[in-house]
Amino acid sequence: MLEIKNLHVEAGDREILKGVNLKVEEGETCVLFGPNGSGKSTLLASIMGYGYCKITEGQIIFRNVDITKMSVDERAKLGIGMMMQRPPNVVGVKLGTLVKAAAQGDTCVLDKSDEFKMDNFLQRDVNVGFSGGEIKRSELLQLTAQKPSFVLLDEPESGVDLESIDLIGKKVHDLLYTNKCKSPERKGSVSSLVITHTGQILDYIGADKAYVMGNGVIRCSGRPMDILKDIRERGYGKCDSCKLVEM
Amino acid sequence: MQTGRDVNEVKKALKKKGTYGPDIEIDRYEEGTYTPDQISDLDRTPEDVRDRFANVGIIASEKDRSGTIIFTDNGMSHCSNKAQEGVEILSTRKALSKYDWLKEYNWKAVDPTKDKYTAKSYLEDSDGYFVWVKAGYHIKNPVQTCMLLNKDKSVQNLHNIIIVDEGASLEIITGCTTSRHADESLHVGVSEIYVKDNASLSFSMIHNWGKDTAVRPRTVAILGKNSNYVNNYVLLNPVGTLQSFPITYLNGEGASCRYNTICLAHKGSDIDTGGSIIMNAPNTNAEIMSRSITRGGRMVLRGRLVGNATGVKAHLECRSIVLENGGVTLAIPELETSVADVEMTHEAAVGKIARDQIEYLMSRGITEDDAVSMIVRGFLVGGIKGLPDNLRKEIDEAVEKANFGN
Repeated sequence: MLEIKNLHVEAGDREILKGVNLKVEEGETCVLFGPNGSGKSTLLASIMGYGYCKITEGQIIFRNVDITKMSVDERAKLGIGMMMQRPPNVVGVKLGTLVKAAAQGDTCVLDKSDEFKMDNFLQRDVNVGFSGGEIKRSELLQLTAQKPSFVLLDEPESGVDLESIDLIGKKVHDLLYTNKCKSPERKGSVSSLVITHTGQILDYIGADKAYVMGNGVIRCSGRPMDILKDIRERGYGKCDSCKLVEM
Repeated sequence: MQTGRDVNEVKKALKKKGTYGPDIEIDRYEEGTYTPDQISDLDRTPEDVRDRFANVGIIASEKDRSGTIIFTDNGMSHCSNKAQEGVEILSTRKALSKYDWLKEYNWKAVDPTKDKYTAKSYLEDSDGYFVWVKAGYHIKNPVQTCMLLNKDKSVQNLHNIIIVDEGASLEIITGCTTSRHADESLHVGVSEIYVKDNASLSFSMIHNWGKDTAVRPRTVAILGKNSNYVNNYVLLNPVGTLQSFPITYLNGEGASCRYNTICLAHKGSDIDTGGSIIMNAPNTNAEIMSRSITRGGRMVLRGRLVGNATGVKAHLECRSIVLENGGVTLAIPELETSVADVEMTHEAAVGKIARDQIEYLMSRGITEDDAVSMIVRGFLVGGIKGLPDNLRKEIDEAVEKANFGN
């Protein structure tokens, strides 16, 4: 589904990704662990195609197509969708307008906006004055409308109170496994790459594989629960001494 | 015939250049006709004129409008009043002969010797529209006024008077436009606006000129106690040179005034706009908001707030997007007071559209062109209060037509 080969990315004149190799198979849910500043968000933004991530070397292959130089909207049209951790405010653009545009006119999700507790936000400017939880629900509403076949989730549970996390977790689950608004032509299950620090989101999704990032490269991979347990017990310090750089 | 001013003094002013904007030789232009073709039934407005009207928010129908008055060049070509009672819509000349008291308002807000354009209009004894809402009447549907410049290479001179009497309220939509063949013309429109105690007026002006048209509106409003005046100005299509600097005097305690300006400077357009609000009475407040986009043209945005009384609150906000290199964007916000107890602020920002916003929308499958259009549209109307719905619609359509992505 997605293959990243030796990806080098600069952001703000600094090399952030220093040769990332990673694979996500069809229908797989992959988790990305790693300390702050290890390059996780940059990796997701590079897959989405954000301009601030300058790819200097390497390739991103999506469904056998080299998308390394593709524009953001072309990638979205191929089926890639992203939930940003801190999306920008877009003054004057209503959330409802954006959701409708993302759904390409399909109002199925708009009708379900109450399920996301976002029905009162459709007339508000996108992200303007939204709380942490509201931003996550807004992102999920947009993504559900967009119906991507490959989802990038950047810390879906960060900045969310314990009560809201249940709703967000369930909506992430629905997005990955049972999107009711999914169009018939998008058959097959949804693949994803999910950044999490706490692992809380793993209570709601069945992760197949985990990668650990450190200093701009993938340090190791394995079974999500094993790796999470390791990180919880020993932190990322172990990664520094770990010789297993390539999987 | 004009009275009240020394004609020689006004004649001298014919040589007086405008304070701002490029000077225009009025003599270069022919006189516009005072006897245009009549549009007796709006529903039978010729198709091409109908299109021009639609572009400036004027509907060629009486539906949802309390009245319609249309000037073609220098003469009235239509006047209808559908309001049951409470509002009078006439040509200024007719109104002056009908109501003797009107001379107390005629050329009392605007000084004819201000510059060559006002002097010309005064000396021509220009006609225009007169709209008067009688005390206590709230006119539900807007009155629409339209100024069509039909004769090429001519000057259109108009003199309008609006009076909203005590405790009354009114919404006016005024659209100014040229016929397609009349690009190279000059429009001079003098408007005198009086909003009396406890009255309110929403005055929305949409302009759609030719790419070589010269435009010099001269507007002054005088506000009474606890009155409210909103002035919306929208210009999104190419123009030759437009210079406008409306002045509003808040002379009654508790009066409030808001200017919303939404402009787009295309390549070849020279736009000098903004305005001044002068707070002469205590506890008055004013807000000047402008949103503009420069696309290779020249855009000067002025805003001047003057606080001459205690308890004055005023804010000026000027934001501009520069879409491409070239052209000029100049924001000139000014605050002036000599009173200690005032609260006056301003902010101005000039820059490009944030890339992260464009890409964020693109990540939802929206093309770059569409993303830019959405953001531009949002930028133009976002945070602007008191904008009528139909104005928003016009803005949406103009943004769509302008195709900002390219």
